[in-house]
Amino acid sequence: MALLQIAEPGLSAAPHQHRLAVGIDLGTTNSLVATVKSGSATVLPDEHGRSLLPSVVRYTEQGEVVVGYAAQAEQSRDPNNTIVSVKRFMGRGLADIQDVGRSPYRFVDAPGMVQLLTRAGAKSPVEVSADILRTLRSRAEDSLGGELVGAVITVPAYFDDAQRQATKDAARLAGLNVLRLLNEPTAAAIAYGLDNGAEGTYVVYDLGGGTFDVSVLALSRGVFEVLSTSGDSSLGGDDFDHRIYCWILEQADLHGLNAHDTRLLLTCAREAKEALTEHADTRITALLSDGLTVDLLLTQAIFHDISKTLIDKTLLPVRKALRDAKIGAEDVKGVVMVGGATRMPHVQKAVGQYFGQTPLTNLDPDKVVALGAAIQANVLAGNKGEDEWLLLDVIPLSLGIETMGGLTEKIIPRNSTIPVARAQEFTTFKDGQTAMSVHILQGERELVSDCRSLAKFVLRGIPPMVAGAARIRVTYQVDADGLLSVTAREQTSGVEASIEVKPSYGLSDDEISRMLTDSLAYVQEDIAARKLREAIVDAEGLIAATSAALAADGDLLDSDERAQLDAAIAGLHSAIATQTTREVNAATQRLSQATEEFAARRMDRNIQQALKGKHIGNL
Amino acid sequence: MAITLSESAAKHVSNFIAKRGKGLGIRLGVKTSGCSGMAYKLEFVDTANDEDITFLSHGVTVFTDAKSLAYLEGTELDYTKEGLNEGFKFNNPNVKDECGCGESFNV
Repeated sequence: MALLQIAEPGLSAAPHQHRLAVGIDLGTTNSLVATVKSGSATVLPDEHGRSLLPSVVRYTEQGEVVVGYAAQAEQSRDPNNTIVSVKRFMGRGLADIQDVGRSPYRFVDAPGMVQLLTRAGAKSPVEVSADILRTLRSRAEDSLGGELVGAVITVPAYFDDAQRQATKDAARLAGLNVLRLLNEPTAAAIAYGLDNGAEGTYVVYDLGGGTFDVSVLALSRGVFEVLSTSGDSSLGGDDFDHRIYCWILEQADLHGLNAHDTRLLLTCAREAKEALTEHADTRITALLSDGLTVDLLLTQAIFHDISKTLIDKTLLPVRKALRDAKIGAEDVKGVVMVGGATRMPHVQKAVGQYFGQTPLTNLDPDKVVALGAAIQANVLAGNKGEDEWLLLDVIPLSLGIETMGGLTEKIIPRNSTIPVARAQEFTTFKDGQTAMSVHILQGERELVSDCRSLAKFVLRGIPPMVAGAARIRVTYQVDADGLLSVTAREQTSGVEASIEVKPSYGLSDDEISRMLTDSLAYVQEDIAARKLREAIVDAEGLIAATSAALAADGDLLDSDERAQLDAAIAGLHSAIATQTTREVNAATQRLSQATEEFAARRMDRNIQQALKGKHIGNL
Repeated sequence: MAITLSESAAKHVSNFIAKRGKGLGIRLGVKTSGCSGMAYKLEFVDTANDEDITFLSHGVTVFTDAKSLAYLEGTELDYTKEGLNEGFKFNNPNVKDECGCGESFNV
């Protein structure tokens, strides 16, 4: 029979309608599943009480799929059919994988994503990940006594669209309904309840078994935005073990160890590292296969000394991430520690010193990401009151429209929370213009050519009017799923045209961050370019207007005056050709002055014509 | 007669309330629904109602209402573990038959 959990006030579920939802940390080395039970987030252990599930999948001779510790134990005996760290291959083609030669797997290049050849056939990383997720799902369903309505699965902040899609596909293959993919650093911040706390900038320092990631998050209005990420994909707790291992070899003067002894000493090294988290020193003893005994005393001081360079190595990406986010260490409101390796006191100390504050370490660093995902899943499954709804989605890049001269006018600025709708009025540039092209752009730069083109459409049927008289209202609307629809409507006649686009489609996080960095880097250049374009647009407008006037009322000028005006127009043309803002502006000024007298005469004539033949009483 | 908590249930409830950061106690109730006629309600309490009947059991305040009490008289709320699954269980002497799931019952 099902056991009950305590619900939030007024939210008791009807029988058999519990909205069971879990958070899953699908890690490179280990994976976890967590849920919110009776109001508190908790990691679900397996039947032996172990929270972690090693992200290792083995395809056996008997055609079974073994996941976790049992698969890990066979890793060295059956390397070809035991897949570890499959996350590194998610959404990756063969060309993207760096050390193909060093990897024990037989890769098969497949369209879109690489595949691994095992005795169970060619397995795509999606299928291998699905096997891990399936194990977690059944653990969750056994623990919660029912079917899951959905899961929040975490992914690294730097995962691109292909990697995210691959993760979603794996979940679907495992029979999980993905409520949302959540960035790992955001999940960690949520686990610490930072989303309910003060707005500001937070750093998530994630030192796992084999990877290091650092992310800078900005919290505003309960929404986390990833400002920057950095890291080192081959730096982690294992490197600390290796330093101790090397120290053992050096101290005991050992050379050319066999595989068994190497593994034995690496295990000793890891145990020593873990012991030093609690104790000032630890004894390392091992009996090697040739009968030799290793017996050494490793103190914290020595360990700190031999691993200092590793910690310094983590601070480089930290510095880079802060620089990319354009903030200093003193601007950081809180530092969240994630990953088992952050248990080491000297790592915490170094990070604390760098930021001038004690990092957050009171949650288990191995579990914190899964816990945050569980909290998010609980909210998304509808087990929390309305007022506690989390807003999480923002527009990553501004959405704008092309205006005359190849300039981008932003309509919805980046970081607007969705859903959102903004409208702006535009007008025609030429007399009698009956159509207007609406070009939808994404990006932060001033020039159209530097932004990404999303879609184009034409509004036709604008009634002929003088330039500037038409009022065209362009509305940008992004719904909760990130779908953008753009409508253009001429206000006086009511003619309308619209289009729907997916703004984030095909744009990876890398591209997004590159576009953001570019926009900051080129800000000066862009402003200058914008000024020039605007000057040229003005100049061309003036030339067009003058030419039209000359065609209509050229007879008002004598040949001298006409020659002067033509010269001023020619002067403006050549000023435009120089592409210098100052020259263009000066020439525009000259032409505009030269036409003053002409404009006055035209005005007189127009008035005379308008008045001709009309009785004074009718005016 | 009253509604009581087993020691283990009380300990877990206190823990959950402490972790949640707020709550006066827990509410036990009965709703008419489910496959066997009625279903249990188990919720945190943030605000008490005027018509609430309360009991104190192992330091935890138990809230219920008169209508529910008629069905819950003598119930002990227990916390048990069954395999990987753990949670609260109503030991209700009034129950004649339960649906297989234990979430709904008949008196």
